[in-house]
Amino acid sequence: MSAILELKNLSFVYGAGTPFEKKAVDDVSLSIEQGELIGIIGHTGSGKSTLVQMLNGLMKPSQGQVLLGGKNIWENPKKIRDIRFRVGMVFQYPEYQLFEETVYKDIAFGAANKGLTGDELDHAVRRAAEFTGLRPDMLEKSPFDLSGGEKRRAAIAGVIAMNPEVLILDEPTAGLDPMGRELLLSQIIHYHKEKGNTVLLVSHSMEDIARVADRVLVMNRSHLFMLDRTREVFAHGDELEKIGLRVPQVTKIMQALREQGIDLPDSVLTVDEAFDTLSSLLQREGKIW
Amino acid sequence: MFIQVENVCFSYDNVDEGLPVKNAVDGVSLTVNKGEFVAVIGHNGCGKSTLAKHLNAMLLPDSGKVYVDGDDTSDENKTWDIREKVGLVLQNPDNQLVASIVEEDVAFGPENLGVDPKIIRERVDWALKAVGMYEYRTHAPHKLSGGQKQRVAIAGVLAIRPQCIVLDEPTAMLDPNGRDEVMDTLHKLNRELGITVVLITHYMEEAVTAGRVIVMDGGRVLTEGTPREVFSQVELLKKHRLDVPQAAELAFRLKGCGANIPAIPLSAEECAAMLREVLQ
Repeated sequence: MSAILELKNLSFVYGAGTPFEKKAVDDVSLSIEQGELIGIIGHTGSGKSTLVQMLNGLMKPSQGQVLLGGKNIWENPKKIRDIRFRVGMVFQYPEYQLFEETVYKDIAFGAANKGLTGDELDHAVRRAAEFTGLRPDMLEKSPFDLSGGEKRRAAIAGVIAMNPEVLILDEPTAGLDPMGRELLLSQIIHYHKEKGNTVLLVSHSMEDIARVADRVLVMNRSHLFMLDRTREVFAHGDELEKIGLRVPQVTKIMQALREQGIDLPDSVLTVDEAFDTLSSLLQREGKIW
Repeated sequence: MFIQVENVCFSYDNVDEGLPVKNAVDGVSLTVNKGEFVAVIGHNGCGKSTLAKHLNAMLLPDSGKVYVDGDDTSDENKTWDIREKVGLVLQNPDNQLVASIVEEDVAFGPENLGVDPKIIRERVDWALKAVGMYEYRTHAPHKLSGGQKQRVAIAGVLAIRPQCIVLDEPTAMLDPNGRDEVMDTLHKLNRELGITVVLITHYMEEAVTAGRVIVMDGGRVLTEGTPREVFSQVELLKKHRLDVPQAAELAFRLKGCGANIPAIPLSAEECAAMLREVLQ
């Protein structure tokens, strides 16, 4: 494995030199391996959005460097546009950014700007639609005739079609109902598995993060608070609560039982895992069939 | 009872586009009593937001009736009375704040109603104190956190002195702390001021704190009852692809294997206590 993204002493200051000066990201250094799925959590204003916007050159660091594939993305500022094709960003509520006549054209927009044409472009659009679960017949519709969940998936498809090496999703499930959330998450997992690309997922839903992330990056008050395997991070429930975050409910339940002296693994992330652990424990003790 | 919904049907008019007419709300009857805290859950498109907009005459039923404090919402002479009694708070706080200073924003509603400026002052202070935002009265709304903005939006509705607040997914855009702030505020308003709360939400952990839960599906009421009654029906909810709290799901599945679980737990603490009994 090799690092696809490397952040070196990265800082960002809003309104530098004014009375409103605020350090949104303060001296963050970390490295992300090719093919990882990283969850990013932190309270509102913790700096996570500013951080991810520096990763594709939308914001220029006040200090420090972002290395993509070993090269400083600001080495040649005139080429920064290329970075945005390589690090694809899906913003919050991306469905408000649809604008074309048809879903097809909307998905094709970014890829065409990247320089794809003809069959290559067509293939990229159809493949992206497939990843996000949009049926071929939907491609000819106006994006405004889609449901909320479908619109969001069309917007995500537009970024996927550019075939970015790194895909960043800023709260992709916000405002979706449980069914829509489930669907979108499984599509993200599928995309990640099949493409083997690096995915960064910003979310307020600890349950979602616990389910999908290899590692979790925790931001707190502009600083990097933690970056570790998902299981390790959610084993620190108390510390997370102190900085305004939570662990999934099922993790909390298992943690409480463990503190009562019951022999359980120290970090359980999903209901399936908890069920398997507890049912085999109960079976051994002959308390269930 | 305070709000009475009688066999309401409503469809958004799709006739022009030649699309089949489908009722967004399809024969809903329910009541909300004074002082209740009711949560409404269901998928996007299940009709819960459409229903919410019927509760203060933002939408009028195609058929059926909605009565607020005895007044028919389709009676145009009563529209403003009804909107003073039932305030609506929406998902995105940024779309609801209009002024550049918090207290001016909160004053917007009573100003529009022509309330005496002196009384407006009192009401604004009272409303901001009620949501715990009084210290921020001279701040700019756009510099507040999501939870704070949403509490200012709630204060704006409170300043009209409603008896009931209907909230359509007020925490969907907030982080965990912001969600707690808003939920704590709603419970405080309900408990201390007797304000009736109708909360539409996707978060099951919020729904379990309500006095009563109404589950909607396909424009109809699927089931309703206390949180425990509703979330004990794990199979029904799963069949309609609705979420249950993880605590309820875990206990339900262990119970299915024969574990001695007396009742479906709703919170992490309850679930842990119950499982401890089972494991000892």
